Amino acid sequence: MFSALSQKLTSILDKLKNRGSLTEDDVKGAMREVRIALLEADVALPVVRDFIAKATEKAIGQDVLKSITPGQMVVKIVHDTLVDVLGEAQELKLTHIPTVILMAGLQGSGKTTFSGKLAMYLQKRFSNKKILMESLDVYRPAAREQLKILAGQVGVTYAGYDSDKPVQIAEQALSKAKKEGYDVLILDTAGRLQIDDVLMQELEVVVKKTSPHEVLFVADSLIGQEAYTVAETFKQRIPLTGVVLTRVDGDGRGGAALSIRSVTGCPIRFLSVGEKLHELELFDPNRIADRILGMGDIVGLVERVTETLDQEESEALAKRMQKGLFDLNDFEKQLSNMLKMGGFGGIMNMLPGMSKLKDKIDETKIDEKVIHRQIAVIRSMTQKERKSPKLLNASRKRRIALGSGVEVQDVNRLLKQHQDMETIMKRMKKLGMSGLMKAGLKGLFNMK
Amino acid sequence: MTDESKSKGWFSRLSDGLKKSTSKLTDGLTSIVTKRKLDDEMLQEIEDLLLSADVGYATSHRLVGALKKKRFQQDVTVEEVKATLAEDLTSILKPLEHSLTFEDKPTVVFMVGVNGSGKTTTTGKLAAQWKAEGQKVRVVAADTFRAAAVEQLSVWADRADVPLEKGAANSDAAALVYSSYETSISEHDDILIVDTAGRLHTKSTLMEELKKVVRVTQKLSEKAPHYTVLVLDANIGQNTIQQVKLFQEAVNVNGLIITKLDGTAKAGIIIQLADAFKLPIHYLGVGEGIEDLQSFEAAAFIENLLSLKSLVDR
Ligand SMILES: Nc1nc2c(ncn2[C@@H]2O[C@H](COP(=O)(O)OP(=O)(O)OP(=O)(O)O)[C@@H](O)[C@H]2O)c(=O)[nH]1
Ligand SMILES: Nc1nc2c(ncn2[C@@H]2O[C@H](COP(=O)(O)OP(=O)(O)OP(=O)(O)O)[C@@H](O)[C@H]2O)c(=O)[nH]1
Ligand SMILES: [Mg+2]
Ligand SMILES: [Mg+2]
Repeated sequence: MFSALSQKLTSILDKLKNRGSLTEDDVKGAMREVRIALLEADVALPVVRDFIAKATEKAIGQDVLKSITPGQMVVKIVHDTLVDVLGEAQELKLTHIPTVILMAGLQGSGKTTFSGKLAMYLQKRFSNKKILMESLDVYRPAAREQLKILAGQVGVTYAGYDSDKPVQIAEQALSKAKKEGYDVLILDTAGRLQIDDVLMQELEVVVKKTSPHEVLFVADSLIGQEAYTVAETFKQRIPLTGVVLTRVDGDGRGGAALSIRSVTGCPIRFLSVGEKLHELELFDPNRIADRILGMGDIVGLVERVTETLDQEESEALAKRMQKGLFDLNDFEKQLSNMLKMGGFGGIMNMLPGMSKLKDKIDETKIDEKVIHRQIAVIRSMTQKERKSPKLLNASRKRRIALGSGVEVQDVNRLLKQHQDMETIMKRMKKLGMSGLMKAGLKGLFNMK
Repeated sequence: MTDESKSKGWFSRLSDGLKKSTSKLTDGLTSIVTKRKLDDEMLQEIEDLLLSADVGYATSHRLVGALKKKRFQQDVTVEEVKATLAEDLTSILKPLEHSLTFEDKPTVVFMVGVNGSGKTTTTGKLAAQWKAEGQKVRVVAADTFRAAAVEQLSVWADRADVPLEKGAANSDAAALVYSSYETSISEHDDILIVDTAGRLHTKSTLMEELKKVVRVTQKLSEKAPHYTVLVLDANIGQNTIQQVKLFQEAVNVNGLIITKLDGTAKAGIIIQLADAFKLPIHYLGVGEGIEDLQSFEAAAFIENLLSLKSLVDR
């Protein structure tokens, strides 16, 4: 089963004689196999469709480099797209006192166990946090008893208000948390079907009365096509802020991760990997992507391809820079690399003789968000425009601003910055610094 | 899985079955829908329906392939095609309809499965149902690991009004099951239901432990356990196949119960199961209440799967 996709893609694509760039036909054939692989991994059908469209768009027209095969290239594109869609791991923020965290999900998904795990995790991570837990599950036999035992095992307080009304219990627990200065209140809820209107409404009221800062959707990673409908309805009814996947310790392919992430748009925060309280991990998109694609060896492959790409790319870039060339495509590559390597500061430090410029750039306080925005602006330009920015008149700028969701002045700012960089490149060439520069860049691009 | 070789049985039967051009289900009922050629678009629609029901890619593809071969370009409606498909799928699942009988006294029934699939709840429902049928039932809380698992079953035992056997937290489940079986024999019970702890099929230590619990019952009767029932959650996708495979290898599962069919999950995976394992399906869980248990009827199940009629009237 393992690496089946990788082999299939290789056999489809590597027959191609034309090794220039991937054509629509090449990609279509490959994507049929990707579609099957995703369905077999339990990714929900509508999500499969979106994903294939996205990956296809990325793949068509991609140059296939000499040192890797077209099959490897597509695997890498699919893998990267998957990692991209799955999103980064995001920590919970405990900025409020008390920070209220609410669990929600289907029956038996692992909410109560995760509540215990989270308490243990927070206790370990922040040694001085006061944590209160409460169960709002008045329906399932011994559900509240279960959370009480877990709270005892972790060593945190269990509120245990005596009532058969979940909303009332929640309100009482919250006022206790406020009065007694708890930092965190974890509210465990009863499992419920997304089509159970009465219970979904109850959840809405709990949310309204307690205004939780985090509403975590706890889902079984083994769930199949249902992931889509279930997550969609939960998302519609309550303001989810994050996803927790459970039973990741099994041998499931984990397609639910992609389905749920796509439908809710919420970051996947934790992976629950066992029955015991310490068996909890932070989400790792690479690991889940590998599982979904069913390729044990894909990590190595992707790393190899990435290395090759970086090397070929950086050599090409260095060559262009030696000639004093620096268009907006080059600028985009620089920006993307910056994201990889922790911003402008990091890069500039590695370039010889650039510390002055670094200070200047630090002054303008470029952060990641800005870089993302800048990349979006460049991507809204046509290839022609990227190669000769002089083409950019007012109406083109307006179009680009609209396309990337920024103001025209942002486009201007980007162009100004590009011009500054270009000037520096030209000056460098004149100063004969190209050798130095090349060495600097090599170090720059080889480091990950 | 060697789909091809194993499936010959029902799959070729199905392909033959699809030749039937009319079906009593469809006549009249669906003539309102305009007929059109069974074209690729319609086939895609049906494949999507099957895929969304967790039938799985390979099986969906083959089912649609068979449809295409037999009826391509004939004038039909989607509903007609669905109904034909429903009939044929029903005939595949029909042999799996199988309720439990209790010849030996006591008959030992093990409930096994992955975490949270519904073993304890189903134990409670079964105890109530069998007691209502006049059987003398006893339940064993053999999950000595999970927090409040014993308390949970104890509430169900009260609801069903049957006696409960339990041990201390983290005590040896095998010893508890052995002594409970002895009690059950001396008390002349008809049925002893053993609710085991949830475990993932991939965890070899836990599976070994389960084997041991099952094995001790054989010291008292070589026929025990009479039934080892694997409880499956309808929401789970393709991993269900692995679950059945590994549980069957470990403890010789001889029947299935599928829970949580009151939601929107369709459990189309059982078409693959029918093919690969031929295990009978005893009951379906359709809710959290004590009466939310149905015996498995292939026709109703398939109608629900193809969205023709819901399994539970809400
Ligand atoms: N193997 C494994 N088991 C888990 C994991 N998380 C929870 N479980 C088990 O899954 C079962 C159900 O977990 P619970 O925490 O009770 O689930 P829940 O969502 O609170 O269930 P309800 O309240 O009944 O809806 C228990 O047997 C847990 O021990 C996990 O990550 N891996
Ligand atoms: N909607 C619905 N919920 C069910 C059904 N069967 C069980 N549940 C719920 O699913 C959750 C898990 O059920 P349990 O009976 O505790 O499952 P289990 O297999 O004993 O779980 P562990 O012992 O922790 O492995 C509970 O919230 C049950 O109420 C069903 O048919 N429909
Ligand atoms: Mg719970
Ligand atoms: Mg149980």
